[in-house]
Amino acid sequence: MPMKLEAVNDFVIKFANVNGSGSASANTLFAKAIMRMGVPVSPRNIFPSNIQGLPTWYEVRVSEAGWLGRRGGADLMVAMNPQTWEKDVVEIEPGGYLFYDSTKPLHTDKFRSDVTVLAMPLTEICNATYSDPRQRQLFKNIIYVGALAALLDMDIAEVEKLVAEQYKGKEKLLEPNLKALHLGRDYALAHLPCPLGITVKRSDKVGDKVFLEGNSATALGAVYGGATVCAWYPITPSSSVAEAFARHCRKFRTDAATGKNNFAIVQAEDELASIGMVIGAAWNGARAFTCTSGPGVSLMTEFIGLAYFAEIPSVIVNVQRAGPSTGMPTRTQQADILSCAYASHGDTRHVLLFPADPKEAFEMTADALDLADRLQTPVFVMTDLDIGMNERLCDPLEWDDSRTYDRGKVLTHDDLESGKRFGRYLDVDDDGITYRTYPGTHPKRGSFFTRGTSRDRYARYTEEGSAYVDNMQRLLRKFETAKQYVPAPVLHESPTPARHGVIYYGSTACAMEEALADLELEGVPLDALRVRAFPFQDSVIDFAKAYDHVFVVEQNRDGQLRTLLINEGVLDPAQISSIAHYDGTPITARFIRSEIEERLAAFNVRPLRRSAAAGER
Amino acid sequence: MTYLAKPKLHHPDLPANSLGFTRRDYEGTISTLCAGCGHDSISAAIVQACWELAIEPHRVAKLSGIGCSSKTPTYFLDKSHGFNSVHGRMPSVLTGANLANRHLIYLGVSGDGDSASIGLGQFAHSMRRGVNMTYIVENNGVYGLTKGQFSATADRGSKSKRGAVNSEEGIDLVCLALQLGATYVARSFSGDKAQLVPLIKGALSHHGAAFIDVISPCVAFNNHEGSTRSYDYVRHHNEAVNALDVITVHREITTAYEPGTLQEVRQHDGSVIRLRKLDGDYDSSSRISAMSHVQTRYAKGEIVTGLLYIEPDAEDLHASLGTVDRPLNELGEPELCPGSAALAKFNASLR
Ligand SMILES: Cc1ncc(C[n+]2csc(CCOP(=O)(O)OP(=O)(O)O)c2C)c(N)n1
Ligand code: SF4
Repeated sequence: MPMKLEAVNDFVIKFANVNGSGSASANTLFAKAIMRMGVPVSPRNIFPSNIQGLPTWYEVRVSEAGWLGRRGGADLMVAMNPQTWEKDVVEIEPGGYLFYDSTKPLHTDKFRSDVTVLAMPLTEICNATYSDPRQRQLFKNIIYVGALAALLDMDIAEVEKLVAEQYKGKEKLLEPNLKALHLGRDYALAHLPCPLGITVKRSDKVGDKVFLEGNSATALGAVYGGATVCAWYPITPSSSVAEAFARHCRKFRTDAATGKNNFAIVQAEDELASIGMVIGAAWNGARAFTCTSGPGVSLMTEFIGLAYFAEIPSVIVNVQRAGPSTGMPTRTQQADILSCAYASHGDTRHVLLFPADPKEAFEMTADALDLADRLQTPVFVMTDLDIGMNERLCDPLEWDDSRTYDRGKVLTHDDLESGKRFGRYLDVDDDGITYRTYPGTHPKRGSFFTRGTSRDRYARYTEEGSAYVDNMQRLLRKFETAKQYVPAPVLHESPTPARHGVIYYGSTACAMEEALADLELEGVPLDALRVRAFPFQDSVIDFAKAYDHVFVVEQNRDGQLRTLLINEGVLDPAQISSIAHYDGTPITARFIRSEIEERLAAFNVRPLRRSAAAGER
Repeated sequence: MTYLAKPKLHHPDLPANSLGFTRRDYEGTISTLCAGCGHDSISAAIVQACWELAIEPHRVAKLSGIGCSSKTPTYFLDKSHGFNSVHGRMPSVLTGANLANRHLIYLGVSGDGDSASIGLGQFAHSMRRGVNMTYIVENNGVYGLTKGQFSATADRGSKSKRGAVNSEEGIDLVCLALQLGATYVARSFSGDKAQLVPLIKGALSHHGAAFIDVISPCVAFNNHEGSTRSYDYVRHHNEAVNALDVITVHREITTAYEPGTLQEVRQHDGSVIRLRKLDGDYDSSSRISAMSHVQTRYAKGEIVTGLLYIEPDAEDLHASLGTVDRPLNELGEPELCPGSAALAKFNASLR
């Protein structure tokens, strides 16, 4: 009899499924039911770049403490995919559990001696109950959710309630789903060791938190931020931003009187066209955005340079995935930091925002629309697949109704009428940001020519070196001004004085916060700074300089944020090193902790060479 | 000097249009193109057309790509906002601009390299989307600005200035525009102002994707013997299918032509295009016969000009998207932001 893992509200369960088997909604149902019991959950889709047949996983971390990062390992594996059996079995923690469809029982050498096997003849039960092949497939998923509810001692009423919500208005489907749920539960209660050592117990740690997908939050941010034009081209993992924008707009932006749309969404022919439309719309005074991922940004760079140089507000949501090239299109990374910060030829620098969760994705997308107008420049919202395509628990979204859109320096008809000479690129306020007019504003004044070619302060084409330098210097001034408008970094100070610092950003945050807490408990104090935007405020550079050593935790091979920090802050590369996780899965607290511990241990070892050399003398 | 302002001396006798503007009010800065370049004649035709239509210059948005042709928006309508975007991508920028404010008049100016080579995709998609605009290609069969390479509209077998023979098939943008769903399609010649001006007027009055391919000889690189885009070649091979006259809503409509040879087309905005048929068989209301006519004559070495196709009651992109009549760039928080109460509901749905 193997030893058994024991834990209440603190474990990882992983579902190994076959893509296209309809498991997604059953798995989400399972995660949501735990959340409804007041226990924080954090699910992650791990899926391949294909539509049907290949393996897909859904990993649910249950954590009373509220940790939302991946932990690593699985305490209970629901192994529904024979293709990945070997790999899945290996992943189970010692003392863990393996749930499988025993319609065709497996030989004992297929199992591990330190794992408890939970065998349930799912296919057999389905075949006996349902005649339609699709039903057999779909209900199999609900049946295992019912069984798990019993095994984990979950409140079946919560699951039932969720099923009822899901099939509201489709009563025909409700009954059979509830029946399947009970079929699974009854079997487990009768035949399996219910409850297991790992269980879910009702708690109150969820509070008023919401369970929300990042891409949907991003899209809602665009709605609240006043975007009226969205031009996009399908690419995983960003497509659902545009699709959610369309959904939210249909709900919130249809003119009640006429039924017409207060928005325009165009699925463009490619990314070149989508950013072109954004630029055209923004030039003409509408708030516009596009959503894409790395390959799309690559295609957009010529236009992004135009938007930078011609000073046209444009918002680009980059839901990052693993590159280079097609890389791992359905895996997560933070690997477009440099290519976005300096996108395009020539000297350019762009504003980047780094949301850490769906709530920030919502806020920063709305902010990006303000910032782009204020600064008249491209602004990137740098989310990633981990935030974008997973549901996360986060604080409820908030909106201040007194907030008004910052349309930046736009001269109206009356402004122009009242007189002074308008110069499109005159730095009147000495902050690098100049005044613009929308086309058609005034019959005689305020029109100007927009071009990606060099021009003077009155927007007249010129190749005079001095006018070019004057303009490029002003653009630098503007970038400096941007620091005061972008979101400030968040500091986590250790209660005990720390010699070392950590910088992190974006989706890494949830794992990082857990790692920091663990390290603190182990007596490793670290000060940490979560960077939320580029350009870096002075406080970011000051932080990077203030410690013996600073780690930059990120999800790419080359430590791109580290490079950007060194470059922009003129930092000593020896004093700042990167902790890089880039296999396409979201970074874990375990990984961060062990990397930091290892490095710190290495710092404490006295350099042998030097002492030996000293002895020789 | 990289910028030449045109002195604004108004001759007292210059005729004014119904808005009180003279032709000078529709001009831009002095052209820096080669003397004799066809593109300058097109700019002049645009000035004339806008003046005749009494368009408010500031209500026009003029957009272009990159190339000699794409430089021309600086040389007309200096009271309107201009946008010289990137090579081949004017259509997307124009589309975006149009989405933001459907009440302006959109004029896209492009070259054949710009539209038929690097920008073929954007050209095609703007036509099929039915963006309400006048899209003019100043077609010289070469890359002017980069000094004489063949463009994708150069005819197979035509010769470059240095004597190289084009071995690739030429793209006919008119046929493409017809196939892709443009609702006003014309071809003209920069040297034929009498034909070009009314064609531009008709296009500007058209509500939908209007495309005009204007053969515009490049005197620097493509005006020699062996070129099918030279002044001489076009003059000798031009076959006009009709002559037209555009009468705007403001003017009374009177009949001046012989019945039977005259066709009147009333457009969306009330303007009337009066077509006098030169070719008795030509039917400008049929896409298919337009395509076949252009191709048949092309096989004989002829360049068909005139208004080749018109769908007077065309619908534009805004109609297919169902957007509100008010320009999107005028909407503010009340129309755009659902507010905190809606957000509270949204939050509740996520628990
Ligand atoms: C991405 C890119 N590639 C190449 C160029 C160089 N380029 C400038 S204009 C031009 C061709 C212009 O030809 P066309 O559009 O026919 O206009 P024309 O000058 O003949 O009027 C080229 C290739 C560029 N500006 N951008
Ligand atoms: S090079 Fe050709 S197209 Fe360019 S300005 Fe000169 S004549 Fe015109």
